Amino acid sequence: MELLGKTNIDFIGKRNIAFAISSIIAILGIIGIIQIGRGAANMGIDFSGGTAMQLKFDKPMPIAEARKALHKNGITKVDLQEITEGNKLLIKIDKNASAALGKPADAVQAAFKKERPDNPFVVESTTEIGPSIGDKLRKDTLVAVAISLLGIILYIAWRFDFKFGIGATVATLHDCLAMFAAFYVMNKEINLLFITAVLTIAGYSLTDTVVVFDRIRENLHKNLKGAMHTIFNQSINEVLSRTIVTSLTVFLAAASLFFFGGEVIHDFSFALLVGVLVGTYSSVFVASPIVVLLENRALAKQGTDKA
Amino acid sequence: MPKGTGWRISLICIFVLLSFLYLTPTLVAKLPTWWSGLLPKDKIHLGLDLQGGTHLVLEVDTQKAVEGSLDIVATDLEDTLNSKNLRFKRISRIGSDQVSVQLYEKGTAEDVQKLLKDKYPGYELSPPHDEGGFVALNLRINDKDAQDRKDKAVQQALETIRNRIDQFGVSEPVIQREGVNHIVVQLPGIKDPQRAIDLIGKTARLEFKMVREDVPPTSTNIPDDAEVLKEKSVDPTTGAVSEIPFVVQKKSLITGDLLTDAQVRIDSQFNQPYVAIEFNSLGAKLFDQVTAANVGKRFAIVLDNNVYSAPVIRERISGGSAQISGNFTEKTASDLAIVLRAGALPAPVKIIQNVTVGPSLGEDSIHKGLMAGLIGVVLVVLFMAVYYRLSGMVANVGMVLNVIYLMGALAALGATLTLPGIAAIVLLIGMSVDSNVIIFERIREELKLGKTPKAALDAGYDKAFLTIMDSHITTLITAAVLFQFGTGPVKGFAVSLSLGVIINLFTSLIGTKVTFDLFLAKGTAKKLSI
Repeated sequence: MELLGKTNIDFIGKRNIAFAISSIIAILGIIGIIQIGRGAANMGIDFSGGTAMQLKFDKPMPIAEARKALHKNGITKVDLQEITEGNKLLIKIDKNASAALGKPADAVQAAFKKERPDNPFVVESTTEIGPSIGDKLRKDTLVAVAISLLGIILYIAWRFDFKFGIGATVATLHDCLAMFAAFYVMNKEINLLFITAVLTIAGYSLTDTVVVFDRIRENLHKNLKGAMHTIFNQSINEVLSRTIVTSLTVFLAAASLFFFGGEVIHDFSFALLVGVLVGTYSSVFVASPIVVLLENRALAKQGTDKA
Repeated sequence: MPKGTGWRISLICIFVLLSFLYLTPTLVAKLPTWWSGLLPKDKIHLGLDLQGGTHLVLEVDTQKAVEGSLDIVATDLEDTLNSKNLRFKRISRIGSDQVSVQLYEKGTAEDVQKLLKDKYPGYELSPPHDEGGFVALNLRINDKDAQDRKDKAVQQALETIRNRIDQFGVSEPVIQREGVNHIVVQLPGIKDPQRAIDLIGKTARLEFKMVREDVPPTSTNIPDDAEVLKEKSVDPTTGAVSEIPFVVQKKSLITGDLLTDAQVRIDSQFNQPYVAIEFNSLGAKLFDQVTAANVGKRFAIVLDNNVYSAPVIRERISGGSAQISGNFTEKTASDLAIVLRAGALPAPVKIIQNVTVGPSLGEDSIHKGLMAGLIGVVLVVLFMAVYYRLSGMVANVGMVLNVIYLMGALAALGATLTLPGIAAIVLLIGMSVDSNVIIFERIREELKLGKTPKAALDAGYDKAFLTIMDSHITTLITAAVLFQFGTGPVKGFAVSLSLGVIINLFTSLIGTKVTFDLFLAKGTAKKLSI
């Protein structure tokens, strides 16, 4: 069976539209990262410090009621999120409020026991992170991200020539930014698992890019005379079905994690889904056109040098 | 059979056998009796996020350990100078690295200087100088010794915590040092995490101090050598906390390091639990002296600056046993006995990270993770079978081999499986068929060029080889970085991912290839089902 027959789509010709879309995504991503830097984004407590709890109630516990119960007992600055399946409630208290409460986890439990004795609960998980750990984790994460990007760039630079290296790097950065953009726009929590997903996708999206680049390189060797534009388009069309199929299989796996993997890795799998989609798009619409631009510029320069 | 097929098939089979060998303890509920000797017995370790439990990071306040040892130097000096009849105004610790000795006369200063030089050769001694009309000498701990003291404090804290946890009874705890002054404690499957945390975090410095009944606790004029400590008591019916202040001597007469044993006993008269303690010979002697000299007076039993009780000494107590009574429940008494037996921490610890996952959530996570994995497998298998027909099935077999190998490798390496680790395996299900997709698409192209199945197959594998290497290495780079920097669940993800990527290289380049080679070797195949 084949999804696509022989295609002949002018991918490179659509680069202006693609660049426009990608720029918007990238800018959103950069805004997201700046907000994270300022501490204005929805940060997980593993980075910001504080307390997070997950409670499972016997009966439904709407957020408004939960908030009222906590307020009455002096827990005012609190972030609540309801997981309707299984009457679960996520409670997040930032580091300052946690410090003010002393033992925030105990305070929350006491508040619910007092206000809602008719609705017993179990504590499914508690996470308390001191501010120093948060700082250390943030630093470690930044180093991790920097090292892995550097590693990837070096590898690509070694395997391909410089222009391909730039194309692949820009595409990888673009994918990471897109994930930040999605999480920022949807106000999803930026935590360690999200960063893990970003790094995973950084590695994965390159796979896609490499598949396309390999073919372009092969065709460039075969056909030295043709216009860059045509060779690139032809190569992308040739590998289009495998680009789509490889993404599809990973997408299927990530989708089953998203739908059936449970709330703990729900956001993580969402990030993966976004990453797989964007990674596929970027290898066709970002990585390749950039290399074409660079190649053409180099050719033009060569031309003027000769003349 | 074509050349070079034999060893490849044997390798595949050997790996499958090995994987199942290592997986047996995980898959079989009870190992048969003959399963012994060199055969693997370890199950796949489950991370705390899957089996439930508590992960703590403790920070040892090492500065306090240095200060503590300087306090001891100060007390020692007082005793020595007193015994030698050298008069001094005050001896005290200043800041975090010095002991200052204040003397009345220049004459004594020379004797003291000599004594200090002999007794504390490792310390830096300042020349005598004038300080508000008195002669002062400063003894400063050198940086290397301070560093050693800090290092030892963390080591001691680790040992003490290990002791406490062993006595509390947790199966397979992990207690290890991390960095300069952090200790990581993992308590899998623990039922009452808060109690364990209290037990671990308690400094448990036990002191016996004389109560100064000549000074009222409300006085604003507490003498230099005394301090106010409080006894907290909780009313068992109302839960109200009340505090009784005591003025006690700063200097402790006996400390907890002189104990040999501590046990919970029940008071037969009031049916109240108390903790019976035994002193070692030095402690027993001291206790005997102290009680003999102070009959009729009160002394306070102080733990971490909280007064537990302040009984009146009715008679001289020899024999070296005493009891601590207070407002105990059986649990709190038994926890106190544990911390007293295990000894005090050399410095206070602070819990800077506490991640606790209840067993129900862990079970739920395993269940859902496996479910997601199963659905992922079914979707991918169906897709591959429909899209690439028989060849797709070959890829599917490769994928199943992948999962078996990966689980086997996790078991063999004693790696820890976390929920993100399961996610990595599910993701790998998708990625592992990718290599085959790259190869198959290439083969299809070669077939379109009119090549024979055999030639197309070889060309497909040859030309796809570099692409596959590239894509795997880039993933491996990020996985390695994640492994290096990640902790807990993230590390589990990195382990599964990197192992999976390496194994995938093997199955896609050797595993599936050999199947095709066998199939085409007969030379009868005119068509490839792809």
